[in-house]
Formats: sequence, C-alpha cells, structure tokens
Amino acid sequence: MKNHYFALTLLAGVLLGIGLFNKNDYYFNVLNILLLKGLIVVGLSLLMGYAGQVSLGHAAFYGLGAYTSGILTAKYGWSPLSALLAAQGVTLLAALIIGIPALRLKGHYLAMATLGFGVIVYVIFKEMIDLTGGPSGLVGIPPLELLGHTFLESRQYFFLFALILVLAILFALHLAHSPFGRALLALHDSEAATMALGYDTGRLKLIVFLISAALAGLAGSLYAHFAMFISPTSFTFLHSVKFVTMVVIGGVASLWGALLGAALLSVLPEILTVFEDYDVLVFGTILVAIMIFLPEGLFKGLGNLFYRLKKCKN
Amino acid sequence: MGEILQFLLSGLTSGAIYALIALGFTIIYNATEVINFAQGEFVMLGAMFMATFCAHGLPIPLAFTLAVALTALAGILVERLTIYPARNASPITLIIITIGLSILIKGLAMFMWGKNPLPVPSFIGEKPLRIGGATVVPQSILILAMAVIAVWAMEIFFQKTLTGKAMRACAANRLAARLLGIRVEPLVLLSFALSAALSALAGVIISPITFATYDMGTMLGLKGFSAAVLGGLTSSTGSVLGGFILGILESLAAGYLSSAYKDAAAFIILVLMLLLKPEGLFGKKEIKKL
Repeated sequence: MKNHYFALTLLAGVLLGIGLFNKNDYYFNVLNILLLKGLIVVGLSLLMGYAGQVSLGHAAFYGLGAYTSGILTAKYGWSPLSALLAAQGVTLLAALIIGIPALRLKGHYLAMATLGFGVIVYVIFKEMIDLTGGPSGLVGIPPLELLGHTFLESRQYFFLFALILVLAILFALHLAHSPFGRALLALHDSEAATMALGYDTGRLKLIVFLISAALAGLAGSLYAHFAMFISPTSFTFLHSVKFVTMVVIGGVASLWGALLGAALLSVLPEILTVFEDYDVLVFGTILVAIMIFLPEGLFKGLGNLFYRLKKCKN
Repeated sequence: MGEILQFLLSGLTSGAIYALIALGFTIIYNATEVINFAQGEFVMLGAMFMATFCAHGLPIPLAFTLAVALTALAGILVERLTIYPARNASPITLIIITIGLSILIKGLAMFMWGKNPLPVPSFIGEKPLRIGGATVVPQSILILAMAVIAVWAMEIFFQKTLTGKAMRACAANRLAARLLGIRVEPLVLLSFALSAALSALAGVIISPITFATYDMGTMLGLKGFSAAVLGGLTSSTGSVLGGFILGILESLAAGYLSSAYKDAAAFIILVLMLLLKPEGLFGKKEIKKL
C-alpha cells in the first residue's frame, strides 16, 4: 500500500505541475480526454483484474452518461449537477439489468451480453433523432457548473478531472486492499473456494460491475459538458474494445498498468496522425505484437525484461 | 401475403450469410476456444478479392475459387503468425489478439483497395424473379443454394471423413484426442483455413448485392457471432439454424417494426437469448448456474 500511496502522490504532483505550468490549450484538451479515459479504465481494471470479468460494452455506459447529461441539460434545462446524478441513475439501472442475469453464470457471458448491449445502445443513439440528434450529434450542451462556479477554460476542467481521477484511484486502491477486494481476488483464482468461504460470488461480481459502469457513466457526463457536443461515433463497439485493450496492454492485474495502457493508447493516435490514414495499420500491429510478446501486459512484461537483461549482464 | 413472403425471402438470404459466418465462428471456437473477432474480416477479404479478380476480367468461377482459396490462405497465415505463438496465453489475451488482427486487416484492406465500394457483377443475370407476389433477384436464390450446399458439405466432412471425425474428437476433449494419437496442431490450422474459406464464401456471394467495402466485415462478423451464440457456439447445426433464425427475425423486425432499428434487432435477440437460455438453442448444457 505504501508504494501505491507514493505512486499516487507522484501522479498528483505531476498533474499539478502540468496544470500550473502548461500554457498550451491543445495539450490540455488531449490530457482532459486522457484523464476521462483513465477514469473508465480504473473501473474496468477492477472488473477485469479482480473480478475476472470482461465488459465489451463500456463505451455504452460512457455514452449513457454523456447522453443523459447532455439531453437533460440541453433540452430540458436541468442543472449540470442534477443531470449528472440522473445520468448515474440511468447508467446503474442499465448495468443492473444486464449484470444481474449475466453474472449468475460462469464464464464469459458478461462479455457477450455487454457486446450486444453496446451495439443496441449505439443504434439507439443514432436513430432516436428527436432526443439524441441522431448521427449528426447533440449540440448546445452547457458548460459544467458546480457550486456556483462555471467551468469555461480547458485548464479548469483539467484540474477538476485530475482531482476526480486521483480520488477514483484512491478509492479503487482502498477497495482492492479491503476485505472486499481480497474476496474478489480469491474469486479470480477460484470461484468454488470463495463460495466455500461463505461469499456470495454473484453479488461480489455485480457490485464491481456496477462500480465500473458508474465510473464510465461519470466520465461520460463530464465529457458531455467539457466537449459541449456529443455524437454516436464516440461510443461505438470499437471504443469499448479500446477500453478493454488499454487494460490488457498495461496488464490486467494492475491498476497502474491499466492507466499506463490508457495513456499509451490515447497518446499513440495523436503521434500516429503523421501516418494519416495508415494509423489504424500501425495501431493494429502494435496491439497484436504486444499481446503476442508480452501477454502479461507492458507493466509486468517490461519489468521482467529489465530483470532478465540485468541477469544477462551479471 | 406477398409482403410476408418478401420479408421471409430477404430474411433467408441474409440468414444464409449469417449462417456461414456463424459456422466459421463455431469451427474455430471448437478447435481453440477462441472467439475470433477477426471473422468478419475474412468475409470482407473474400468480397475484396472477388471484386479485384472480376475487375481484371477473370471468369466468375475462377475468380470465385481464387478468392475463397486466398482467404483460406490468409486464415492459415493468421493462425501461424498470431494465434500459434500465443497459444499458451489466457483466452482473453487471444481474444484481444483477434480484435487487434481485425483492426490490422481492415487497415490493410483500406490501404490496398481504398475506401470506395467496389462493384462485383451478378453471377446469374440481374432480371428479378417473381415468386408468389414477392420479388427476388436471382443472386438471392444463388446465395441460398450455395450456402445450403456449403453447410451440407461441411456436415458430410465432419460426420464421414476421418479428419472431420478427428476434429470433432478434439472439440469434445482435446487431451483424450491426443491420447488416441490425433495430432492437434494441423487440425487447428485446418480449422482456421476452413473457417476463413466459409466466411470468404459468404463475402463472395453477398458482394454482387452489397458491393465490397473495406469496413463491411465488422457488422457482418458481429451478427454472425450473435447467430453462433444463438445456436450455442459449439454446435454446427445450431449455428447454421441460429443464422437463419436471426436473418428472418431481423428482416421481419425491419419490415413490421422499424427499419431504423434493423441493426439492433440481432443484438436484442442475442441479449434476450443470453438472459433467458444462455446455453443457446443447441448448445451443450455445460453452463453451471451458481
């Protein structure tokens, strides 16, 4: 836990430094999106690394948060905070409906059910034009307003998102190291043994799934206000896949690995724009290569590599 | 009456395509327990090769054979280069590899063929036929016939030939199959080739109707996957029936409910199936309720 606190303090320090000294709005915009992805990935990492379940529909929860917040504020004049709370309600309800039946079963049923759910939600965003604006998107979402303060600059959003992310990581770390987290780890290794210890494993998995969906929904609400415009193309199956990829690339069992993966996959496309249309080609190759050569993820894989190199030298 | 017949016929046509793709999913899943998310890209490759060969003036039967054979070769390459080196990794890692592959193959296709849809000539004329008040293009009938022949040929292969029986033995219990002296690796390779060939066939025969585009595989692949889950993922009969059921229900939903939500219909069926009868229509009852 000590190391985790150290790493978290370091992260908070770096974020504070960037926030204070960076003058470039473009960097803030890229980093803000990265921080929101980080929020989603923290939840997904809990779900995948601790409960051993995969969600292929997290972009849908992200989208439900964004669209509920966006529609309630832009079309019905709700205040951003009350819309955000309503969005949390909608996201949790959707997660309950999918999670309760799917998590009763062993195996990767949650992955298949969330895949279907994700595509359905995407089609709804695209086709319910009266409410969502359809393929051309939802415009006129007001900026975020909290405690009488209106967020207008990218820098203000940066500080808010950074604070929320640090709090979310703190929460996730404590959860993972609590009796609840240990029960989850046990569940990951042997479901039967965990049941024998008297845990209701279905409920454990459901709680983690709800937490991860809520975090994705929160990221979506924040995104809607920050971007002030949302369209269905941000919430496709490919985005769900990218979230899962971030977690796996970094290393499923580690929160920090997942954050590393999020950083890498968010920054990579910005760099790859020099390849223009061929960026997907490079992205696919990197993804396949990492999975083949470092199946435990970059975080652990690179650590092992350093260790081996060191041994070779001696 | 003509209306419902029309919906049924178009449902059967897309159902035949889904059935071929679903069968491809099942074959790879049975051999490796990998859900191959690059399956849809094999469909796209088949259609793209077909469009290229036709544009170069090759006769249709030759173009057809070459397109299917080249995609089967692509399936073999995919297995050798990506799945085989990572065969000891966890299932989720393998699934991510296939997702990465799907992005990679789609990117390659865009690089090679561009973003514009490529036309493919119809195999047997364009003149629509009238069947009891419904109108069908001849290509639809051809799709149905070829899919049925392919499925039937696969069934004979699995039931009557020694190799087919060995593949079924591997699917049932890999270790026991090994103990009987069956070499598993070549069978895995064969299953990728077969699966890619079936998907390529689906792409080739649908291409005169939909044209060939670099991103056509994603949606077809996901729907084929839904069909395979509907049929139980492990059963080849189930996945074929799942494909036809999905195609017909989708077409009816688009016709009578709302065409805008056509793409959602398949996935609503998938989710409902997982919630109500997760082992699928014909799957083995190995799912344990907690």
